[in-house]
Amino acid sequence: MALALTEEQQLLKQTALDFFGERSPVRELRKLRDSKDATGFSRALWKQMAELGWAGIIFPESYGGSDFGYFGLGLVLEAAGRTLAATPLVSTVLLCGSAVMLAGSEAQRRAILPAIASGQRIMALAFDEGPRHAPFNMALRAAKSDKGWTLDGEKVFVLDGHIADQLIVAARTSGKPGERAGITLFLVDGNAGGVTRTRSMMVDSRNAARIGFKGVRVGADAVLGEADRGGDVLEAVLDRGRIGLAAEMLGSALEAFERTVKYLKERKQFGVPIGSFQALKHRAAEMFCEIELAKSVVLDALTAIDERRNDVAQVASLAKARLCDTLFLVSNEGVQMHGGIGMTDEEEIGFFMKRARVAAATFGDAGFHRDRYAGLEGY
Amino acid sequence: MDALETFRGETRTWLEANCPPSMRTSMPEDETVWGGRNAKYKNADAKLWLDRMGSRGWTVPTWPKQYGGGGLSRAEARVLDEEMRKLGCRPPLLSFGIWMLGPVLLEFGSEEQKREHIPKIARGEIRWCQGYSEPGAGSDLAGLQTRCVDRGDHYLVNGQKIWTSYANFADWIFALVRTDPDAKKHEGISFLLIDMASPGVRTSPIRLISGSSPFCETFFENVKVPKQNLVGKINTGWTIAKRLLEHERAMISGIGSRQGSVERSLEGYAKKYAGEKDGRVADAALRERIARHKMDGRAFGLTLRRSAEEAKAGQGPGPAASMFKYYGTEQNKRKYEIFLSAMGTAALGWEGDGFSDDEVSLTREWLRSKANSIEGGTSEVQLNVIAKRVLGLPD
Repeated sequence: MALALTEEQQLLKQTALDFFGERSPVRELRKLRDSKDATGFSRALWKQMAELGWAGIIFPESYGGSDFGYFGLGLVLEAAGRTLAATPLVSTVLLCGSAVMLAGSEAQRRAILPAIASGQRIMALAFDEGPRHAPFNMALRAAKSDKGWTLDGEKVFVLDGHIADQLIVAARTSGKPGERAGITLFLVDGNAGGVTRTRSMMVDSRNAARIGFKGVRVGADAVLGEADRGGDVLEAVLDRGRIGLAAEMLGSALEAFERTVKYLKERKQFGVPIGSFQALKHRAAEMFCEIELAKSVVLDALTAIDERRNDVAQVASLAKARLCDTLFLVSNEGVQMHGGIGMTDEEEIGFFMKRARVAAATFGDAGFHRDRYAGLEGY
Repeated sequence: MDALETFRGETRTWLEANCPPSMRTSMPEDETVWGGRNAKYKNADAKLWLDRMGSRGWTVPTWPKQYGGGGLSRAEARVLDEEMRKLGCRPPLLSFGIWMLGPVLLEFGSEEQKREHIPKIARGEIRWCQGYSEPGAGSDLAGLQTRCVDRGDHYLVNGQKIWTSYANFADWIFALVRTDPDAKKHEGISFLLIDMASPGVRTSPIRLISGSSPFCETFFENVKVPKQNLVGKINTGWTIAKRLLEHERAMISGIGSRQGSVERSLEGYAKKYAGEKDGRVADAALRERIARHKMDGRAFGLTLRRSAEEAKAGQGPGPAASMFKYYGTEQNKRKYEIFLSAMGTAALGWEGDGFSDDEVSLTREWLRSKANSIEGGTSEVQLNVIAKRVLGLPD
C-alpha cells in the first residue's frame, strides 16, 4: 500500500484545508473560549461537516456514511488540527463510531451510526478514571440485575462528555482494576437518572467532563459487544483514537512549524532576519526532519487500520509516541522562537503549545506508548 | 501489472539458476566485492556472480542498456530487488562508481565519457574513489586548492586530497580541482577523472581511532591528465560536485540497512548482557532507549519509502537527501551507543582472547560509526542545506 496520496485523497485533503481555513480559523476557538460557550464547539460548523459527509466518513454507505475509511478521516483531522478546530470528530466519530462499528449489534448500528452521520447525535466515550491514561485500570462497577445492569462509579476527562447525547461507558463487570478481562461497554443516555456531569474546561480551550454514575440503571440491550469481553474492543477503539488524534496533531505540528519558519524570515534583530542565525537554523532543520518522520508514521498507521493489518496496535503506539514528541518540540520551539510576542495571548502560537499538552495526555503520552510498543515487540 | 508479474517470474527463475548457493548466505566483511583491476576474490563464486549479473546489467538495473545497464524501469528494478532479498542474494558489487560517479556521468558526461566509463563501472572492471576533501577544505569544500593547469594538449595537476576512501585499492579517481584561482571560489572548480596509475599519483593510508585504515591521503605531483577527462565545462564543476554529494548522502543514509548484512538485535543483546525479566529487557531505562531508537528507525524507514514513492521518475534525490543523511547517520551512531550501554565492558575490548570476535567488532564499529556524521558532509552542513534549500531561511 502506497504512502503517497491518490488524486481522490488529495482532493479531500484540499477541501478540508479550505473548509477549516475559511470556516474555523484559530480565532473561532478563541471566540468559543472567551464567550465561555456552553457547547464548546460550533454546532453550525458540525452541521456543515455532516453535510460534507465527514460525520460518517468511516461508516459504510448502508449506515449513512461516506465510506472514505480511516485514511479519509485522518486527512480531515489533519486539516482540523491546522486550525485547532474544536469539533466532535474525535469523541463522536473516531471513538464512539468506531466502537459501534467494531462491537455493535445490527440493531445498535442501525440506531446509532446514521444518527452520528447526520450530525444529530453527539457521543462520548468514558474510560479513564485517573489523571493519567490507564485504560484497564477501571473501578466503575456495573452489577447485573433482573432487568439489566446498574452502574456506580466515576469517569474523568470524557471528551465532549458535558454535552453528549449518549455515552459509551467502560465498566468493570468482573475481575480487578488493571485486568483486561472483566470489562464491559455500555450505552448510556447522557441524561439518564443518576448521571451527574461536571464540565472540565481544559487549558487548550476544549471541553471534557467528569461524570458520576450513581445507581444508573440500563437495560440488557445496553451492552455493546459481549459482557466481560469489552477490554479488547476498548483497546481497538483506543488505537483508532490514538491514530486519528496523531493525524490531528500532525496538522497542528505542521501549522506551528510553518508559522515559526515564516516568523524567522520576517522578524529582524541586529538588522537582519533572525532566521539567518545558525543557532535557529539548525533547530528549524531538526524540526523539519522530525516532522517528515511524523508524516510517514501517521500515513502508515491510518493505512494499517483500513487494510486490517495485524500490527495496528504497534503502529498506533508508534504514531502517538512520535506525534507527542514532535508536537511538544515544535510548539515549544515555536513559542521560544517567537520570543516575547510568543508569550502573549494575542499571538496564536501559544494555542498550539496548550493543545500539544492536552493532546499528549489524551490516550497515553509518549512514555506510555514507548513502553507499550516495546511490550508488543517482545522486549 | 501482468507484465510486471511476468517479469517477476522470469527474474526469479534466472536468479535461482544463476545465483551460486554460497552467494545466498550472509556476507562476511572480507568477502565484499568492490571489483577493479586488482580485485582478489576469496570466494570464486563471488566473481562468477559478479560476471553473471554484470553481463545482464543488473549491477545497475536502471541504467541505460547502451552503456551496459539493465535498462529496467523503477518498478522492474524494485521487483529485482525484492526477488534478490527473497532468495537472500548478496549484492554482486559494492561500488562508488555505482553509487556516486555513474549517476552524474549519465547526467553531465559526454557521449565518449559515458561509453568509456559506464560499462566498466557496471561490470566492476574499474574501481573508483572520490577526491573531494583536502587538508584545508573539509566542510568548506569549495575552498579546495588542488591546482589544475591547462598545458595545451593536457592538464597538469598538483595538490593533495584527504579522506579518499580506499584510494590504495582504486583504479581511477573522480576529483575536484581548481582551474581558476582568481574566480570566486565556487566558480573556479572543475570535475576531473584521473587514472590512479598515472605517474605522480601516490597514496598513503590513514590509521583511524577504530584501528582500521579505510581512508587515505592522495598526492598529485605534476600529474598529466588527458583533456577529454574533464567532465562538463571548465569551471562548472561545483554544480556536478553538489549533485554527486546528493547521491553520496542518499547512499550513506542507507547505512544499517545494507543488503546482505545481518542486523544485530538490539533488544536481544540487551536481554543477553543486561538481563531479562518476565520476557522483557530488565532495565527499564535501557528498554526505553531501545524502544525510542527502534521506533525512530521504523519511522525513518517509512520515510525513505514514502520519499521513493513520491519521487518522480528520473529525479535525483534533491536537498531532501540531506535530511536522510543527517537522520540516518545520527541514528546509526545512537544505535552503537545503546549497544555499548547494554553490553558494558564486554563491548569495550580492543584485542586478545578475553572477548568474542563479535564483541571486539562491536567496539570497533562503534568507533567507525563516529565518522558517519562527518563524512559526506557533517551533520551541521546537512542542517545548513536543509535550512537554506528546503526551508528557504536567509544567509
